[in-house]
Amino acid sequence: MTSDNDRRRGLLARLRGRPVARSRGRRRLGAAVRLAAALMLAGGAYTVFAPGVQAQDNPPLSAAANEGKALFDVSCVTCHGRNAQGVEGRGPSLIGVGSASVEFQVSSGRMPMARQEAQAMRKPPQFTDEQVRQLGQYIQELGGGPQVPQGDLREGANLSTGGELFRINCSQCHAFGAGGGALSSGKYAPSLKPASDRQIYAAMLSGPQNMPVFGDNQISPQEKADIIAYIQETLKHDQDQGGFNLGRYGPSTEGLAIFLVGIVALVFASLWIAGKS
Amino acid sequence: MKRRKFDAAALPAKTAGAVDDRFQVATPLRKLLNKVFPDHWSFLLGEIALFSFIVLLLTGVFLTFFYEPAMTEVVYDGSYAPLRGTPMSAAYASSLDLSFDVRGGLIMRQMHHWAALLFMAAIVVHMLRVFFTGAFRKPRETNWIIGSLLFWVGFLAGFTGYSLPDDGLSGTGLRIASGIILSIPVIGSWVSSSIFGGEFPGTIIISRFFIAHVLLIPGLLVALISAHLGLVFKQKHTQWPGPGRTNENVVGERMFPRYALKQGGFFMVVFGVIALMGGLFQINPIWYFGPYEAWVVSAASQPDWYVMFLDGSTRLMPAWEISIPIGDGYVIPPLFWPTVVLPGILVGLSTMYPFLEARRLKDYKHHNLLQRPRDVPARTAVGAMAVSFYIVLTLSGGNDVIADKFHISLNAMTWAGRIGLLVVPPLAYYFTYRICLGLQQHDREVLAHGVETGIIKRLPDGRFVEVHQPLTPVDGHDGHAPALDYVGWVVPKKMNRLGALGPAIRGFFYPIEKPAEAPVSPGHPPVEPRPEREEIGSGESRR
Repeated sequence: MTSDNDRRRGLLARLRGRPVARSRGRRRLGAAVRLAAALMLAGGAYTVFAPGVQAQDNPPLSAAANEGKALFDVSCVTCHGRNAQGVEGRGPSLIGVGSASVEFQVSSGRMPMARQEAQAMRKPPQFTDEQVRQLGQYIQELGGGPQVPQGDLREGANLSTGGELFRINCSQCHAFGAGGGALSSGKYAPSLKPASDRQIYAAMLSGPQNMPVFGDNQISPQEKADIIAYIQETLKHDQDQGGFNLGRYGPSTEGLAIFLVGIVALVFASLWIAGKS
Repeated sequence: MKRRKFDAAALPAKTAGAVDDRFQVATPLRKLLNKVFPDHWSFLLGEIALFSFIVLLLTGVFLTFFYEPAMTEVVYDGSYAPLRGTPMSAAYASSLDLSFDVRGGLIMRQMHHWAALLFMAAIVVHMLRVFFTGAFRKPRETNWIIGSLLFWVGFLAGFTGYSLPDDGLSGTGLRIASGIILSIPVIGSWVSSSIFGGEFPGTIIISRFFIAHVLLIPGLLVALISAHLGLVFKQKHTQWPGPGRTNENVVGERMFPRYALKQGGFFMVVFGVIALMGGLFQINPIWYFGPYEAWVVSAASQPDWYVMFLDGSTRLMPAWEISIPIGDGYVIPPLFWPTVVLPGILVGLSTMYPFLEARRLKDYKHHNLLQRPRDVPARTAVGAMAVSFYIVLTLSGGNDVIADKFHISLNAMTWAGRIGLLVVPPLAYYFTYRICLGLQQHDREVLAHGVETGIIKRLPDGRFVEVHQPLTPVDGHDGHAPALDYVGWVVPKKMNRLGALGPAIRGFFYPIEKPAEAPVSPGHPPVEPRPEREEIGSGESRR
């Protein structure tokens, strides 16, 4: 019975216990303490949960990332915006693209772009390898994302598997000899001749420009190593059995060659022979 | 026993006499050896095709010794490391072995392929020569038709050969061919399943194409080439008009010895050029394309150049699909028009052209003399129109490679091709026509007024005129030279083509004869012979 009554009397009444007459001064003091506690609780909760300006700076950047941020704020901020959040109509947000993307775009000279066009071209890189690493570190610490692993990217590669995977996944756009090919509206798949191991790996991971992403669940790291080995060791360093490869553009240049070399040579020969009469 | 003295010098005559005693060949052979062929460089273009066909037969026989026309699956275990362990058809594996493991196999393969491209290129160049000089006119229409058929049979030979290695490029080409066949209304699917023995690609197509490529088509080619040459023999070769040349005679060299020797030499040159290209330039590196798998299509998958115009017409064709609401609905795909109808029209127009022209000009006479292209502006302009049409289509067939390598948008290339296909041929017609008329007029001007000397004279009234050298002696009546008639042949247009300075010295790289002595007139000291001139003459200098 008593406990039931207690419950019915409410929390505050139970805390207070029996109504005891207290001095006026003590009552006032207690009210002040309660008010201060409530205010502190509310303010503290607000500070903890509310998104504050300081909150972004909270995870401290590493030294390399700070260097990268300095570079970013000079060279990239115009298009990619403050804190790499992108600028509408100029450049995409870089949150989550990872250092793989930065490494591909910047080390191949594609970024910074010269102008807005269908596709960024490969140019002489504007940054040293060290600066590329710092920029990548900054973007990585900003939003995470895929990273190119360290070490030998062709370890234990199988050329034959690499060739098959290249023909299935890459040759539609980059062509059988990795010389590149056209896409729609001025876009293109570039030649792979100047690409380094890390750039090819980064491109597969990040899917730059019009290239699809070949994540690790589609093409495993070992298969990526096979493809890289096939491109670098077979397509680039082949001895071109059978002579000059005519740029490996397929039958188009062969047709050009038969007229420019074969027919021209033989027309001159017939001029010569007919002249001997 | 007395030994008879052996007389080596008398041996050929004795042998020939003995042969004639038994076979009575001297009279027909003499006629053959004395047959006269007119000589001009442009008459040698057809021979390039003939000689590359011979090279094709020789190298092709070598390839058949090692090629295995089967689609049974094998695992490659040859010399080319990047394909080792890959499952592939026996045809592709044997093509790889031909390239990497057979001694001399790669150069033979490459020579065969280059010779095929040269064969088709020479046919086209030869056809252009025949067309623009009017050599197809009566009585030679049949030979023109045979020549056009040779192009299309060569086209088939090339396509079947392109398919045999069974690499990625071959298979892509076959897939397109099967698509083209399927697009033919009503009979398409039946034809396709008869050729492929069921659904594409099936297991039989390589062996079928092999027998077509090594037996049926070459047989047909040999038959057509024999008929072509036989007709040239029977109807005699055309010749350019010129001194002593009429519609009724043939002026030139006898078959034996000079013409035969020259042709023998020219065969060596053609063989040499093909061998050089086979040894120096890589063609169709099948090992990069890999075995054919339906899901592998490389960028820049193009056919050989003579098929590229069909690829181009396909790329330019808008996606106009015709649906006919009969039964469950019937669809004529857009592919049908550029790849079946267009070549059909081209075959019809090109083979029938001699009859169309004769009908239009009401010209049913025999013609054994050639015409200079400028003298028949309408025909020349039609030819230029056809050539420009073909070139726009061929360039569009490689428009992705052009777009990529010259940094042009592929869409822009496609639209340029579409507009160009309609605009360029009429422009080519107009400009060619005007150029022909201009050249004709200049010929007539020179015949009437003489050659421009480059000497400017001032007349007493202050006018300046250029002195012209008349082509004929001034006749006594009015001090003017009589105008000459145009005879359909080159008119000298420069002073150094005229008698006073003499024609340029013969010889291609160095002079092969001494210049003529300058005439000596009585009362004047003899003119010193001019110093030796060495020049590389153009084709015009040796007539």
